[in-house]
Parts: sequence; structure tokens; C-alpha cells
Amino acid sequence: MIAVLTIFLLCLCVITALGVVRAGNLFTAVMLMGIYSLLMAAVFLLLDAPDVALTEAAVGAGISTVLLLSALSLTAEEEHAGGIEPVLAAAVVLITAAIIFYATFDKPPLGDPDAPVHRHVAADYVPMTQEQVDIPNVVTAVLATFRGYDTLGEVVVVLTAAIGVLFLIGPDAPQGRHAPSGNLAEGGLKHHQPLRIVGKIAIPFIILFALYVQFHGEYSPGGGFQAGALLAAAIILYGLLEGRHAAASVIHPAVLRTMAAGGALLFGGVGVTTMLLGGRFLEYNVLRDDPIDAQHLGILVIEAGVGVTVAGVLILIYHAFAARGRP
Amino acid sequence: MIFAGAIAAIAVTMLLALVRALAGPSVYDRVLAVNMFGTKTVLLLAAFAFVADRGDYLDLALAYALINFIGVLAVLEFFRQRRWGHVPQVADGSDMQPTPHANDRTEGDDSRASSP
Amino acid sequence: MSWLDWVSAILGCLGGFFVLVGGIGALRMPDLYTRMHASSLTDTLGSMLILGALMLQGGASLETLKLCAIAIFLLFTSPVSAYALGNAAWLSGHRPLEWDPEREQDVAP
Repeated sequence: MIAVLTIFLLCLCVITALGVVRAGNLFTAVMLMGIYSLLMAAVFLLLDAPDVALTEAAVGAGISTVLLLSALSLTAEEEHAGGIEPVLAAAVVLITAAIIFYATFDKPPLGDPDAPVHRHVAADYVPMTQEQVDIPNVVTAVLATFRGYDTLGEVVVVLTAAIGVLFLIGPDAPQGRHAPSGNLAEGGLKHHQPLRIVGKIAIPFIILFALYVQFHGEYSPGGGFQAGALLAAAIILYGLLEGRHAAASVIHPAVLRTMAAGGALLFGGVGVTTMLLGGRFLEYNVLRDDPIDAQHLGILVIEAGVGVTVAGVLILIYHAFAARGRP
Repeated sequence: MIFAGAIAAIAVTMLLALVRALAGPSVYDRVLAVNMFGTKTVLLLAAFAFVADRGDYLDLALAYALINFIGVLAVLEFFRQRRWGHVPQVADGSDMQPTPHANDRTEGDDSRASSP
Repeated sequence: MSWLDWVSAILGCLGGFFVLVGGIGALRMPDLYTRMHASSLTDTLGSMLILGALMLQGGASLETLKLCAIAIFLLFTSPVSAYALGNAAWLSGHRPLEWDPEREQDVAP
């Protein structure tokens, strides 16, 4: 039954994707993207990937809609048609699709234990998680310990994205002909009393949930990425309700910039510390006498670094869009 | 598998909501469809957590229940900005109370209401 | 199956029925406001019945506590979303259809 449900949801995904492509109105496209995100989160969960699904939920449920609508308020609402040679484009797409379809014939069936992905490193990671790290969530162990370099790289990529956005549309970017004026979240929904009351009830619980996801990530789905996105969602919700300046007074953009860089620095700093203590880069075992204890400490610190960076980056991007005037 | 019926009903309702989102006709119908879709996803995830017997999957449904309405607030704010024509706003925002009498049909919303 | 399982199954099926009815209503109703009315049915009654059915399965456990939290937040946020949506639609000039006795059908005012 689960397979049938998964296929049904994937079919809905395809329909939604076609709808996004066909929609000439960009607002419609943003709304359909919201549905697509919800569908993907459900599919990820059905395929037993709760950590990925939680990331999709934390980012897709609120933040991506807010950011896409912010971007939309800076531009026109209707897509400009033309500029693409339809025959050539169709030919390229059809040939690529044919190759991809052909490639799928070589794929092992879903869940096949003999598939290469299950025989290569995964076969080592699962028992090693029990022996060397001793936490129930294998994903956290892989992400933080076995693949620590990759995760550090991802955090730096996130930070780089924020730097890029700030250079392009940040408060210090050249304004050009864009005069600053009212924009999404500039004034806030102050006169909507029901929204303010319920929103302010929800914000503490979102932050509490973010902390739970952050510090319980070794035992249940979640970790720094998801927690950072949830914390950012709470602050962005406050910004929507009370205006951008109120959100900026909660966490000042200068603090946000420090958070974005500081989290990545904390992550890298753990690596340097382990080197100074005589280990290799990000080899947590040297942090404490007991290797398992040391692994737990290392994971806790680097997850905190990830969470701080992600939260800082997402709120910074929100501020950058919200402060931007309309041409 | 005592929730098979409920899960099937939720899945079919998702399809119906998707049809409403694709059909429109107005932008608000699409927002309504997305909102419905969000609630259905929460229910589907919660029911699936019990089918799979994984209590920690409920965290996901909880996350959606907590933050799914942020998107609708962003939509409201987006249309409010469009209505007010992006004029610079006063700091306290106290005079931004829109009145129902101020609305009319010439502000361009109806042009958005019909989409191909 | 114990009697609790039966109650849970009945609640689940009832919830699924109301969710489905709300979905059909959201698709078939003539204008935005009646569609919102239909979808609110799935948001409240359907959700609560299904979550109630799940709670009976969960028993006295952390799962039930989480389900309670989900139910409470849905009860808070669904009406608020509906308010935000209705407000945005009304302010932009959307009006409900009205009954026209001469033409004997619903027309835009």
C-alpha cells in the first residue's frame, strides 16, 4: 500500500511540476511550488528519509514561500514569453529525457539490498555508528562524523550563498535606480489583531521546537540544518507580523552576519582544535578521554555551528529582500 | 492497517485540492488550495507515522502544523503591498488600516484573477 | 481487534469521509467563499476525527502528546489562515455570488 501511495504522490508531483511550467502567472507558479514542496516532503517520509523530509518541511513550509513572494514583489508578475526556440528546446528535452529513461533500465529495484549504494560505504556506516558513535540516528552520525568534511563544505556553501545575496541586493549593495520604498514585510500585519495574537502564541513554540530538533537530532529526525531553518521561520514570522524593523531589533543584522560567519567558524574551529590536540581534522575522538563521549561533544558543537549559520543566513536573506525597494 | 481508508481519503482529497490549485480561477482559490493541501499533508504524515509505527515521524507533522500558516500570511502581506502601491510607509503603521470601502475592482486584481 | 481499535477505525473512516466531502466541496462549490467554507470542514472536523483516531492508537504516550500539540496548532492556525485569505480576497474586491431571483441563478453582484 505504501508503494501505491508513493507512486500516487509522485504522479501528483509530475502534474504539479507541469502546472508550474505551464503557468504564465508567476504568483500561480509560487503557489504550485508550495504544493510541490509539501508533496516532496510526504514522498521523502514515505521513502523512510525523515531527516530530508524535515528539512523540506522546515524550509518549504514557510521560508521559501516568503522569499519567493519577496522576490516576486521586486519584479513583474507575468512571465515574458518568447526568447526560446521551441523546436530546438523540445528536441534537446526529448533527447535528454530519452537518455535518462534508458539509464533507468540499469537501476536496481527500489530497496534492493544488493544495490551498489547499499554495498559500498553504507554497509560500514551502520555498524560503525553503533560501535564508534553510539547514537540512534545514523543520518546524524554520517553527517557529522563520517562525512564531516562534506558537511563543513555545505555550511560554507550556505554562507557563500548569503554573501552573494548580500552583495547583490543587500543593504550595502549599490541601489542604482531602485529607490527604497515599502516592500514585503516593511509595515507588517499590525492591524490584523487575530494574526498577531495567534502568531505570537506560535512563535515561542516554533523556537522551542527548533531547539528540540537541534539538540534531539541524535535521537530523532533533525539536526542543525532543520533547526536553523525553523528558528529563521520564527523570526521571519515575527517580521511578517510586526514589520521588518521589529524583526531587525530582535536580532540585529550585524549580529546575523556574525552568526552566519561564526557558525561556520565554529565548525572549522572544532577541526583545528582536534588538530591541535594531536588528532586529524575533525577527528573528535581526541576531544575527551572517552572516544564515545568525545564524538557526542564534537557532534553537539558542530551541529550548533550548522544551526547558527543556517538561521543567520536565512534571516539575512529575508532582510535583504524585505529591505529592497521596488523599481 | 485500520487507517487505510483515512489515508486513501486524504490522498484523493490532495488530488482534488491540486485540481483546484491548477484550475484557479482566481489567485485566492490557489492560495486556498495550497492551504488545504498543507492540512492534508499534516494528516497524511501523522497517519503514516502510525502505519509505519515510527513515533518520531510525528515531528514532521508537528513542524508543518506549526509553520505552515506563515505562507498564507506572506500572501496576505504580498497583496496588501500590491494594494497600497508600494508607497513608503510611516514608521508606526497605525494609519495603514485599510477600509472595505477603499476597495474597487480596478486595481488589477481581476486581471490576475483569470489565468491561462 | 479490541473495542478501542474499532472505535479508532470508525473515527478514522468518519474523518476520512469528512475530509473527502470537504475536498469535493472545495472543488465543486461556485465561488471562493463557499469553497473556503467547504475546506474549513476538512480543516477542523476531519482533522480532529483523524487525529483523535490516531490518539486512541497511541495510548498514553509521547505520540499522543505530539498529536495533541498538532491538533491544537491546527485549531489555532487553520482559522487564522482562513481569516488572512478571506481578508486578502475581500480587500481586493472579491465578492460572494448573490442569488438573482429573476434569472434564477447565482450571479456576481
